[in-house]
Amino acid sequence: MSALNIKKGASSHSAYDLRDSHSEVEESHTLAVIVENEPGVLARVIGLFSGRGYNIDSLTVAEVDHTGHRSRITVVTRGTPAVIDQIEAQLGRMVPVFAVHDLTAEGPSVQRELALFKVAGKGEARIEALRLAEIFRAHVVDSTLESFVFEMTGTSEKIDSFADLMRPLGLKEIARTGVAALSRGA
Amino acid sequence: MTRQMTGAKMVVQALKDQGVEVVFGYPGGAVLPIYDEIFQQNDIRHILVRHEQGAIHMAEGYARSTGKVGVALVTSGPGATNAVTGLTDALMDSIPIIVLTGQVPTFMIGTDGFQEADTVGITRPCTKMNWLVKDTAKLAETIHTAFHVATAGRPGPVLVDIPKDVQFAQSDYTPKEKSKTSHYQPRVKGDIDQITRLVEMMETADRPLFYTGGGVINSGRAASQLLRELVEATGFPITSTLMGLGAYPASGKHWIGMLGMHGLYEANLAMHGCDLMINIGARFDDRITGRISDFSPKSKKVHVDIDPSSVNKVIRVDVPIIGDVGHVLEDVLKVWKSRGRKVNKAGLEKWWKQIAEWQAVKCLSYDQSKTTIKPQYALERLEALTKGMDRYICTEVGQHQMWAAQYLGFDEPHRWMTSGGLGTMGYGLPASIGVQIAHPEALVINVAGEASWLMNMQEMGTAMQFRAPVKQFILNNERLGMVRQWQELLHGERYSSSWSESLPDFVKLAEAFGCKGIQVTDPADLDEAIREMLAYDGPVIFDCRVEKHENCFPMIPSGKPHNEMLLSADASAFKSGAVLV
Repeated sequence: MSALNIKKGASSHSAYDLRDSHSEVEESHTLAVIVENEPGVLARVIGLFSGRGYNIDSLTVAEVDHTGHRSRITVVTRGTPAVIDQIEAQLGRMVPVFAVHDLTAEGPSVQRELALFKVAGKGEARIEALRLAEIFRAHVVDSTLESFVFEMTGTSEKIDSFADLMRPLGLKEIARTGVAALSRGA
Repeated sequence: MTRQMTGAKMVVQALKDQGVEVVFGYPGGAVLPIYDEIFQQNDIRHILVRHEQGAIHMAEGYARSTGKVGVALVTSGPGATNAVTGLTDALMDSIPIIVLTGQVPTFMIGTDGFQEADTVGITRPCTKMNWLVKDTAKLAETIHTAFHVATAGRPGPVLVDIPKDVQFAQSDYTPKEKSKTSHYQPRVKGDIDQITRLVEMMETADRPLFYTGGGVINSGRAASQLLRELVEATGFPITSTLMGLGAYPASGKHWIGMLGMHGLYEANLAMHGCDLMINIGARFDDRITGRISDFSPKSKKVHVDIDPSSVNKVIRVDVPIIGDVGHVLEDVLKVWKSRGRKVNKAGLEKWWKQIAEWQAVKCLSYDQSKTTIKPQYALERLEALTKGMDRYICTEVGQHQMWAAQYLGFDEPHRWMTSGGLGTMGYGLPASIGVQIAHPEALVINVAGEASWLMNMQEMGTAMQFRAPVKQFILNNERLGMVRQWQELLHGERYSSSWSESLPDFVKLAEAFGCKGIQVTDPADLDEAIREMLAYDGPVIFDCRVEKHENCFPMIPSGKPHNEMLLSADASAFKSGAVLV
């Protein structure tokens, strides 16, 4: 009868220790959210993530069906399986959302990002940067005597490792689009 | 055939098409064209409030007591921002309301114009959906869609923001039946396999329990009827959340009272000890569950909810059933009957015996006084003297709200209007006016605390102007009672800012508004005073001076499990041994 041990005025830290102790390992999931292409829809989706304390690792959005007036939002998020389920349910019940696909859970998928890298340097470093770019199948889309801009598409991991290699070779800036993803197969 | 009209006229026409009879609102620069149209017609009645928050709560009271959509109309900027509390309240309690806001003309949006606010931005997290209409041609259709969204699936508040130039411009009116069907069509039928699993569990459970919530009421009167049928037929005990009171009658023989933080001893222990919990239209709110890790540890849990995000949000359940309560209950009954109406009679008998023992604790007993009015006594007398009347009860938020839930009985749905999820002080008075406007002949009482009541007391002006004879039953303890209670029990009796000095003289206040004021201090005079209140044809402010330091029990301190309930501040006074299942 621990209830009866509560003494008047004994403790003020009374509320909200409600976190489930069975928290599991966090997973990364890529979600494709098909929404009505209307003003404010993106804000509503992002607001859900910030309002309920969910993570966004990457987010891309563009209209994919002009006549059907639909946009595709690709979100890479992290959380325990319970949190991922909750994110999907919360997205799914939104009025302007047509469908939510968990590309990580639904089977194999293709995930690509496009990135631009500005690398400045001279001499050996410059040549090394160009050689590595070739290995990574990055294209040179701008060049001066002191710099290159490389364009590369690939998985986020590939872009991360290319960036790591470029850093000591004079990496100045990166622009990344975030992940676009589709399920494999028909 | 199309009809050309101004946007302002479209608004009124669309509301008429949707069967709206009443709009609660407050005019201002950005909605003047709409007010001009309202002036020139007689189908829709406009109730002029005194503050926009009042308009939203009135629309909520109207909606909650009728099952229809409540409508409010406010101006841009401050009109819209004042609506935010009411919108959030309606979102938390799933109340279908439509708020129309004026906006600065489209060409001024973004210029920090006079009374400009980013209304759709501000209200996005507190609406189910909102729209800024920039084209008059789309206005009527948007309003029709708004009605659909507010009521389909889990109901909730929606907002339509209408710039002033859109109200002035002309376009073709889209009638309701010509509007394109919304893709938003939440599923209402539950999965039949899951329903069958539930029925199998019902057939064998030793200690089953129905735990019902506001979803039953939102589903409509048929759902309450089906729930009653199911409970009577199975003989299972039933408890309900604050929001669900009245779906099953308080006078019903299987009713074991409200559960939760201030719920009944027997209801909470039944939750803790049951082996089959059937949640119908409730959402495992933290005021219900207490500490999650110790929540009903031995039960299989079934959850019927129309909102998939409610399922497994807080409590992992064994059988999720996504669907409308009415549809699901109908199927549950059908399957259960077709399988031979089986229940575990022996288990059930033992279970009821156990519940009877808990009931014998009489957790709602309190120390009576001959000199001061106990708030519980005031509510017992109010209950006794209004029993059988065509009665609607609203509340503010705090101790009085919990006492009202404990000591008043609700035999029908839609009779109990209270701010559950958000806990909005200042809800009750305007809500009671909304209810009274919907039910002009009924007895509408707002059980209030003086502190909550003062938050929106300006609405007495609305009650007077529109002859809404609402009875404001104020349990006046000159304290912020619930805050004071927590400070007593959990913060070392340091009563930080929980005492109201300089309260108004409520009788004189009533006179100032032109209605009737009654003050009562002696328990011996209470009945007579209540009768006087009931007999008066008009609004009454009833100042019931009650015991100042009464605490509301039972109480589960938040973060504690159900079986660690306090029945009084003096823990040793409680008989031990009866608690753990």
